[in-house]
Amino acid sequence: MNAETGNPSAAAAVEVREVEKVFGPPTTGARALAGVSLNILDNEFFTLLGPSGCGKTTLLRIIAGFETVTSGRVFLFGDEIEDLPPNKRPVNTVFQQYALFPHMSVAENVAFGLHRLRHPKAEVAKRVDEALDLVQLGEFAARRPSQLSGGQQQRVALARALAPRPKVLLLDEPLSALDLKLRQAMRVELKSLQEETGITFIFVTHDQEEALTMSDRIAVMSRGEVQQIGTAHDIYDRPRNRFVADFIGETNLLDVTVENVDDGSVACRLQDGGLLQATPSGEAAAGTAGHVSIRPEQLVLVPPQEPALMQGVVDRLIYLGTDNQHLVQLADGSEIRVRTQAAQQAEKDFAPGDKVGIRVNPGTARLLVD
Amino acid sequence: MAGGVSSSGGHSVSSAYAAVRNWLLAPSWITIAIFMLGPVLLMAVYSFLTKEFRGGVLWEFSLASYDQFFFDRGLFGDEPPKLHWTYLAIYLRSFIQASVATLLCLAIGFPTAYFIATRPASTRMVWLFLITIPYWVNLLIRTVSMKFLIRDTGPINEWLISFGLLEAPIKMVNTDFAVQLGLFYSYLPFMVLPIYAAVERYDFALSEAAADLYADRWTTLWLVLLPAVRPGIIAGCILVFVPSLGAFLAPDLLGGAKNFMIGSLIEEQFKGAAGNWPFGAACAMVLLTMVLVAVFLYARQQAANARGGG
Ligand SMILES: Nc1ncnc2c1ncn2[C@@H]1O[C@H](COP(=O)(O)OP(=O)(O)OP(=O)(O)O)[C@@H](O)[C@H]1O
Ligand SMILES: [Mg+2]
Repeated sequence: MNAETGNPSAAAAVEVREVEKVFGPPTTGARALAGVSLNILDNEFFTLLGPSGCGKTTLLRIIAGFETVTSGRVFLFGDEIEDLPPNKRPVNTVFQQYALFPHMSVAENVAFGLHRLRHPKAEVAKRVDEALDLVQLGEFAARRPSQLSGGQQQRVALARALAPRPKVLLLDEPLSALDLKLRQAMRVELKSLQEETGITFIFVTHDQEEALTMSDRIAVMSRGEVQQIGTAHDIYDRPRNRFVADFIGETNLLDVTVENVDDGSVACRLQDGGLLQATPSGEAAAGTAGHVSIRPEQLVLVPPQEPALMQGVVDRLIYLGTDNQHLVQLADGSEIRVRTQAAQQAEKDFAPGDKVGIRVNPGTARLLVD
Repeated sequence: MAGGVSSSGGHSVSSAYAAVRNWLLAPSWITIAIFMLGPVLLMAVYSFLTKEFRGGVLWEFSLASYDQFFFDRGLFGDEPPKLHWTYLAIYLRSFIQASVATLLCLAIGFPTAYFIATRPASTRMVWLFLITIPYWVNLLIRTVSMKFLIRDTGPINEWLISFGLLEAPIKMVNTDFAVQLGLFYSYLPFMVLPIYAAVERYDFALSEAAADLYADRWTTLWLVLLPAVRPGIIAGCILVFVPSLGAFLAPDLLGGAKNFMIGSLIEEQFKGAAGNWPFGAACAMVLLTMVLVAVFLYARQQAANARGGG
C-alpha cells in the first residue's frame, strides 16, 4: 500500500497532525477534538486513554474514515488518507458493540472482508480457519452471533477484523461489555495477539488499569486534547500535569508554594509548614504556587513521636485484599491516602483514631507545573 | 407459552392462570370469530348453494359455481368439459397486475422509507405524516381524481401539448398503465410504513462495519442492509399484493372493461339482479385458496431456511 515512503514520518504507522473536529456549526458546535497530534509507530500497541466524552471514539472514527476532520491531516504510513473512504483504508475496526452481521454465521462474518478483497475461495477458507483458531473459536464457525456469549462475540469481532490482515487495527473499548475475569483474560490474549501478528493496535479505553497493563505507549486525553504521551511508567511516575496525575492511578495532591529551585529538584513549602523535596514536571519558579503529587504507596506511616513530614489522625482503614489503605485526616481537614502491603506490614497498621506521622519516600514526590 | 405447566408443583396454579388468561383473551377470540371466520365460512357455504334468478340463493347443495369457473361445457352445457380459460385468464392478469404494482411500490417505497428513517428523529414524524395525508381522502374520490388527471383532456395531456411536447394526447385512461398508477397510488403507504419501521430499527453500525471490511455502498446494501430489513420488505409486499389482487376501484374506474380484474368480476356477481351470488362466492373462495397455498408454501420454505441456517 505504501510504495513511496521517503517521507520523514514514514516510521509512523499513523500520524495525526493538528486534528480538530467540531460537530455542528464551526463556531457554536461541540468541539470534540481541539488540535490533536500523535505519531503512532509501526507494530506498536498504542492506547488512547481518557474520561468519557474526551474524544477518543471521535479520533478513532477519523482514522477509520467514518468522520471527516474539521482541520488537520491524517497520514497512514506516510500517505495522506483524508480522501479515502473507509472501505479503501487498510485499517480494520473492532466495534464497541461488535456490530456482527446477525444473519451470517460466524465463519461468514469472518470471511466478509476477505471476500470483498477478492481473495480466492480456498484462500478465504484457510484464513477464516486461521483467524478463528487464533481466537479459539474454531468449533463455533457454523453458529450465528446470537448463539454466542458476549465474550465469544467479542472474539468473533476480533477475528473478523484480523482476518484481512490490516496494517492497523482499531479497537474501541472492546472489553467494556465483558465481566472482570474475562476482561483480564482478554487483556493478556489481546496483548499476545498483537505481538504475534505484528499489527499496529490503536486501543481506546477509559480504564486506566487496562491501559497500563497492555500498552507500549499511552496518550492520555482530556477535553479533546492530548495531555501526555508516554509509556505506562512515564505516565504513572512522571505525570506532566495535574489531570494526568489525578486520572492515572491514585494520588495525593497537596497545595504547595515553591521555596527554591535547584536543578532537578525543588523545595516546596506545605501549607502546615513542612518542607518537601520534589521533582518538577516543567520549569518551576520560586515563589509560585503549585501541586505536589505523591502516590499512596510512597507514603509511610510512623508513630507520632518519630520525625515526619506531616501529622494527622487515622480516619478510616480499608482492606483492599493485598493492600491496606489508610485515610489520614490532616490538621487543615484535607485527607491523605496511604497504602501499605497487607502481608508485610500488618503489625504496623494503625487503627482509626490513632495519631500518626507521615513520611514520604525520597525522590517520589512530583511538583506539577500546570 | 407451554412451559407454564411443565413443573409438577405448579400445576394447579398454572391451570388456574390458564383459565383466567383464556377469559381475558375471550374478546379477541370473539372478534376473530365474528369478523373473520364468520364471513369466510358464510362465503364458503354460499359457494356451494344454487343460484336464485333475481339475486340471492336457493338452499340446495350444488357444485355448479365451481364447475362454471373451471370448465367449459359449451353453450347448452352438453359438450364434454374443457378447461375454461375466461376466468383463469382474469386471475392470471390480476396476479400479474398485482405483482407489477407490488414491485413498483417496492422500487419507490424502499428509498422513501429509507430516506424517512435516516432523517433526524425530530423530522421523521413530519415526513410520515406527509405520506399519509392523501389517505385522509376517500379512495373512490382519489381514484376518480386520478382519472381526471390522466384523461385525454386532463391537465397532464393539456400541459404536454401546450408546451409543444406532444401533438396529440397520450391515451392513458382504460390502459394497464392507468390500472398500475391507481394501484400504486392506493397502496404505496402500505409498503412505506413497514419498511420504515424495519429500517428505523436497523443498527447502522452494521453498515459501518461492512464499509470497514472493504464493502462499497451497493455491496453493503445487498449483503447487510437488505437482509436485515427483509421482514419489513416482506410485510410491505404482502400488504400491497393482497389488496391489489382483489382491488376493484382502480381497475373499474381507470382500467375499463378490457382490463377486468378479479375484484370487478366478484363485484359484478353481487351487484343488481344480473348477479350470481354462489358464483361470486366461488370466485372469492378460489382466490382465497390460492393466496393461502402461496402463503403456506412461503412459510414452509422460511421455516426450512431458518432450520438450515442454524
Ligand atoms: N455525532 C456527534 N454529534 C455531536 N456531538 C458529538 C457527536 N459525536 C460525539 N460528539 C461529542 O464529542 C465529544 C467526544 O465524543 P466521543 O464519542 O469521541 O467521546 P469518547 O471519548 O469516546 O467517550 P466515551 O468514553 O464515553 O465513549 C462528546 O462531547 C460528544 O458529545
Ligand atoms: Mg467512545
